[in-house]
Amino acid sequence: MENEVPLIKVTIDGQEIRVPVGTTIMEAARQIGPSVAPPAMCYYKPLQGSGGKCRACLVKVTAGSEKDPRPMPKLVASCITGAQDGMVVENFTSPEVVEARKGVVEFLLINHPLDCPVCDQAGECHLQDFAFENGVGEKRFVEEKRTFEPEDIGDKVQLHMNRCILCYRCVYTANQLTEKRVHGVMGRGDHAQISTYIKNSLESDFYGNVIDVCPVGALTDKTYRFKSRVWFSKPVDAHCKCEKCSGKVQVWYKGDEVIRVTARKNQWGEVEDFICNTCRFDRKKTSDWVIEGPSKVARNSVIAQNKYGLNQGKKPEFALNYAATNYKSIDDSRENNQNLDQIKKSEDYKALMQKNDKFFSKEKSLK
Amino acid sequence: MANDIKILTEHINIPGIETFEVYRKAGGYNAVEKAIKKMSPDEIVEEVKKSGIRGRGGAGFPMGMKWSFLAKPEGVPRYLVCNADESEPGTFKDHYLMKNLPHLLIEGMIVSSFALGANKSFIYVRGELMYVVRILEKAIEEAKAAGFLGKNILGSGYDLELVVQPGGGAYICGEETALLESLEGKRGNPRNKPPFPAVKGLYQSPTVVNNVESIANTPWVINHGGEEYAKIGIGRSTGTKLISASGHIKNPGVYEITLGLPVDEFMNSDQYLGGIRDGHYLKAVVAGGSSVPILPANLFYKTANGEDRLMSYESLSDGGFPTGTMLGSGGFIAMDETTCIVRNTWNFSRFYHHESCGQCSPCREGTGWMEKVLHRIEHGHGTMSDIDLLVDVAKKIEGNTICPLGDAAAWPVASAIRHFRDEFEWHINHPNEATKPGAVYMGAEILA
Repeated sequence: MENEVPLIKVTIDGQEIRVPVGTTIMEAARQIGPSVAPPAMCYYKPLQGSGGKCRACLVKVTAGSEKDPRPMPKLVASCITGAQDGMVVENFTSPEVVEARKGVVEFLLINHPLDCPVCDQAGECHLQDFAFENGVGEKRFVEEKRTFEPEDIGDKVQLHMNRCILCYRCVYTANQLTEKRVHGVMGRGDHAQISTYIKNSLESDFYGNVIDVCPVGALTDKTYRFKSRVWFSKPVDAHCKCEKCSGKVQVWYKGDEVIRVTARKNQWGEVEDFICNTCRFDRKKTSDWVIEGPSKVARNSVIAQNKYGLNQGKKPEFALNYAATNYKSIDDSRENNQNLDQIKKSEDYKALMQKNDKFFSKEKSLK
Repeated sequence: MANDIKILTEHINIPGIETFEVYRKAGGYNAVEKAIKKMSPDEIVEEVKKSGIRGRGGAGFPMGMKWSFLAKPEGVPRYLVCNADESEPGTFKDHYLMKNLPHLLIEGMIVSSFALGANKSFIYVRGELMYVVRILEKAIEEAKAAGFLGKNILGSGYDLELVVQPGGGAYICGEETALLESLEGKRGNPRNKPPFPAVKGLYQSPTVVNNVESIANTPWVINHGGEEYAKIGIGRSTGTKLISASGHIKNPGVYEITLGLPVDEFMNSDQYLGGIRDGHYLKAVVAGGSSVPILPANLFYKTANGEDRLMSYESLSDGGFPTGTMLGSGGFIAMDETTCIVRNTWNFSRFYHHESCGQCSPCREGTGWMEKVLHRIEHGHGTMSDIDLLVDVAKKIEGNTICPLGDAAAWPVASAIRHFRDEFEWHINHPNEATKPGAVYMGAEILA
């Protein structure tokens, strides 16, 4: 076909992919898969103009393009940087990127209240995932955290400004989905805050979507507040005939009760179809919905088990590479090891094992 | 020696130079006549390229190159914006120039707009300088009445409207894309680049943003030719530069120097700064506004290789970040031995914390963090690990932000620790002494 956009070749973490001209590095990486896709805290594909703010998706470009193979001097934000033909990008394989990302995690967390135990977003929070996968376990910030006065921005949406990471997603949502935006960012620096214009409340048929786009627990659903932890509820795909929106939603059950309704999200946590407030806040009975079946839950989701357990398995290749380069293999040349088989056959060893068995069986019986 | 050449401040002492008549009598607006009647826009751009003049706002990017990058699609207006949002601590040269020679800036704006094909140009003045806005507006009225502005300038058919726009007083709006956002009436957040303003700037049209001093140089370049301009100065640092000197020197003020002037002469001769005040000696210098790395006296006079340092872009940055600094915007701050470097660094850091726009996370959170740690050290609650923490935080901000404010916040902290680490350690080891008034460090009483 003549109209087809020409394809360009991009290499990300050693994996090649062909993408149309104009694709960003982030989108190219996402097409390869989650093992190379950079994390994103502010970039949101459905929202035009988003991205570039959180610096979570910084990557190193080691070759700019086929024509000009010079590396880029600084780390670039992959969500806003267009891919060039022959570009070579290092994401998880670059120590510089890993280090910078640790810094971003730290910066995002220093003023975050870390109140996950009481936060409704916990379990589906992008900041939790981002910090768990890319951060360090220690904190060096000993100063007082900055806090904000609580503010009421409407009867359906709860604003918890202390948790906000200023990704601007909700501002773009209100700009692009609703007719009139009444909230925005006030102030500057670390005291910049999401607020409404002179104590206004959010009023529009689609403002509820700010809850879905918020990566943290800064904007949550008041009708769902403190009702359940995310992992105790079961998502079900459902639809209804709605005049305002597509009506395609996810209905969250706790037992027989519909505890909340959200838009369906894709693999990257991005909303597929924005839904209206009637669907989100008012249709809370099973009879309101045509149930399609259980939602597909990704294996690494917290709703499936063991997200933070042993089978984390999101980036096995990277972990293996890291282990291969950073840890020495065990030295097996010691004498004792060579004689292990002989030792196992010896009488002393068998006697020892029997003793052990007895000891452990005793413990069990005590319990 | 050609050190006496004055390009910008030649007529500054003539009484009444801020009025149109006096300025015109002193040879003003000749460049407009020459440019519009005898030259084509491309010729002017070529002259500016030949002159080798570099942007005077801080980054030092060649001005002719910036002009030639301007995209020229059909049917789309082009804009010239003059960045007069000078708010860097220690820099006050544009203020001085606009206050005393408003017509020089306007003449430069007319010539530059004609060269770039802009029919509407803006001067974005810092909000605190409302009286300068009024001076400029009055000057524009006078120029309009004389036929140098407005419709059909000098009968050539070229129209130009000049608008003076006061800003809200934010440091971040000195960053060119934040300035454009602010000019459009939005929140002054820097934009993601690319696209650069030369392609999509003000109202999504190609735009050039230049510093006041850069634009004020163009009339001289038109009158005397670019090659003549390139002869002044040294190497790739051509022309003259306004330096706003402050601190513990005998003669603070704004000086026009020829680039390539030896630092020693600038610092100690009576014609310029006249040396450090009597009975004291130089401890440290911030050579180009608060965001450039601070230098101790020995590295300031001589480079790490033992060469004499000159006031030029190349010589000041000789040695890179480890042992050099930058000419920056020309905000020269000299500090004698009574200055507490920790307090000074905290003060700079407080400024960047206050002025961060809060858009990208490393700068928003990192500047506040650095300020809090420095506040702790200054007030006697620091620990040794805090020093390494500061270095690490500065490293994680630098280069990872949308705009250069992150770098500007990180450099003063990193360089102060690099060159004055022992003073930070002294503050931590002697918390009671260091916080008392009249503390003595290295034999000198520190007034902090």
